[in-house]
Amino acid sequence: MNCILAGMPGSAAAMLPLATVPIPEEWQWLFFPLLLCCFLCLYRVAAGPTAPDRTVAIDILGTLVVGFCVIVALVTGIDFFMNIAIAWALLSFVGTIALAKYLEGRGFDE
Amino acid sequence: MSNHEIIGLAAIIIGICFDVVGCIGLVRLPDIYNRLQAGTKCVTFGTCGILIGALIMCDRPEIAFKALLCAIFVLATSPVAAHAISRGAHRSGVKLWKGSVMDEYAQDKEGQLPGDQTEAE
Repeated sequence: MNCILAGMPGSAAAMLPLATVPIPEEWQWLFFPLLLCCFLCLYRVAAGPTAPDRTVAIDILGTLVVGFCVIVALVTGIDFFMNIAIAWALLSFVGTIALAKYLEGRGFDE
Repeated sequence: MSNHEIIGLAAIIIGICFDVVGCIGLVRLPDIYNRLQAGTKCVTFGTCGILIGALIMCDRPEIAFKALLCAIFVLATSPVAAHAISRGAHRSGVKLWKGSVMDEYAQDKEGQLPGDQTEAE
């Protein structure tokens, strides 16, 4: 991941550690419960009997990915993932509101 | 490890536990409204726990400010999205689970005059 981000602008500042003592590599196991949560949400997306079930699962998946991005930023020390988390939170909200209005069966300008 | 890192990791682990419980509820509960209840509340609190943990752990103030901003976004937008989904589901005719005991939104809509197009809030 270091070599991927080496050419990006601002990557010198991005490689500063986020904490005084960097989180040890063993804390990568924090990823696995969140991955389990993401797969449970994908199961509900695939198996949901109605359209609102799938919409709820997509909304919750978006919220989970925000937390996942924050943990990635803490473990790897790349602060760019915090910006991704903020953008993902806002875009997930907009997408969920659009799907909910579509479910309600009305126009978007009402 | 210093003191504030232990507190931050504790907040992150509590948040992950809430996330797992919320997603198990999303899979196990019987109908859309129960799933919305379990999923949205638990996952919002869990993600805010992760963000508060990051806020406590970070030493650089701009990262901590981004974590706080993201927590405020999640807290402000997730209940609104859940309310919009449940309202859209009820209006599109999704039935409640057979064990449900109360449907006040349908009772409010029945109280309207026929042909009245205003919404029962």
